[in-house]
Amino acid sequence: MSRWDRFLDTFFNAKVMAKYLPDILSGAVLTIELALAVVVAGLLVGLILALVRSLGIKPINWLIIFVVDVFRSLPPLVVIVLVYFGLPSAGFSPSAFVSTWMSLALVLMAFAEEIFWAGITSTPKGQWEASRSTGLSFAQTLLYVILPQALRITIAPLTNRTIAITKGTALGTVVALHEILGMASSAVSNSYNPSPLMMGAAAYLVLFLPVVVAARWIETRFAWKR
Amino acid sequence: MPPIVSAKAIHKHFGTLHVLKGVDLDVAERELVFVIGPSGSGKSTLLRCLNRLEEPSSGSITVDGIDMLSPRTDINHARQRIGMVFQSFNLYPHMTALGNVTLALRKVAGKSRAEADSLGRAALERVGLADRAHHRPAELSGGQQQRVAIARSIALEPRVMLFDEPTSALDPELVGSVLAVMRGLRESGMTMIVVSHEMGFARAAADRVVFMDEGQIVEQGPPAQIFENPGHARTRAFIGQIQRH
Repeated sequence: MSRWDRFLDTFFNAKVMAKYLPDILSGAVLTIELALAVVVAGLLVGLILALVRSLGIKPINWLIIFVVDVFRSLPPLVVIVLVYFGLPSAGFSPSAFVSTWMSLALVLMAFAEEIFWAGITSTPKGQWEASRSTGLSFAQTLLYVILPQALRITIAPLTNRTIAITKGTALGTVVALHEILGMASSAVSNSYNPSPLMMGAAAYLVLFLPVVVAARWIETRFAWKR
Repeated sequence: MPPIVSAKAIHKHFGTLHVLKGVDLDVAERELVFVIGPSGSGKSTLLRCLNRLEEPSSGSITVDGIDMLSPRTDINHARQRIGMVFQSFNLYPHMTALGNVTLALRKVAGKSRAEADSLGRAALERVGLADRAHHRPAELSGGQQQRVAIARSIALEPRVMLFDEPTSALDPELVGSVLAVMRGLRESGMTMIVVSHEMGFARAAADRVVFMDEGQIVEQGPPAQIFENPGHARTRAFIGQIQRH
């Protein structure tokens, strides 16, 4: 066997790949479900927190800042382990899926809150004043005048952070979640061959490359002349 | 006839800074009052207290019979009657000129989109920008932006218009178009309170000039009197300074 053949046999073994393709695909489905759930929950709660923070109620804002800073400091892996292995002693035993979802959503929420907040505060004060002077309420001003401007500013940092955190779905392997990486590594142990890992990597590329490209498109689409 | 704007004993503190020290100002219907004074004299703060963009520390303000400082007053409703134009235009950059003008018509005055659009177009027409309805602020000159901002205010048919240095951010050649719109408003009988250094406009159009310094009204009177024959040394010094420029 030539060196090249041995390389192909090790990393791109057709028989192994065919055998474990269904596993990798089911892992991919789980990864997609998890990623979508993380993005929706994380961005939504992050936005809500930023809106609440804009009301300027001090004790509530301190609490938001504290929670957000904690989840921005903790490595997502640590959060997942804490939720999965720690919460059961508090009487709540989330599944591997729920643990990973909660953890990543909390981390994305924390970063998203900060990004939305930065967008809201970077909108000039004159925008508030012009809107309020025509009789729009605080909430109407936020909704029609401030948020549309804030969201455009936040799109680039937000998509970057969202992509980074959704890739963290791979961390679910530590709590035996059957997502792409989990499926691939158990296939590697069962087949004594690393080809499934290559399939896993390919699956991540297939899933996330279009998202990255779409993010780039959204960024240019929403840029507007000042 | 009672004044349409009546501010009594207005005090405003920013922390330890005492910006307004008991200002009284009554403005009659259809009157054009010019407020002048050195920077930091409190003239912009006074203007911003009238529609409660700044909260006065004490005093009373009545506009068109509404007690502006009463907790029972619906401030958003009251503000529809008080138009305000800012030095930096403050147009909404994500909306067209027409969108800027119609937002409050739809969301505050409760007009349908069609109604708001036709009122908005009429307002843009009045400031000479009917053909710019679908332009974004970034596609308009400073003078055009400020005229859209005026249209945004007059579309709500306010009883009083406040102008906070409306031409200070404009290139000299664009000032005239904004002043022309203000002159038109004046001729239509709009009550106006203008903070500005456009002395030529003040002379030609103002009924009364109010000179403020260090948080107080030093003196007031018809433009001819204030500009040619001021009673106070501080007024004289200020008028002298700006006329040398």
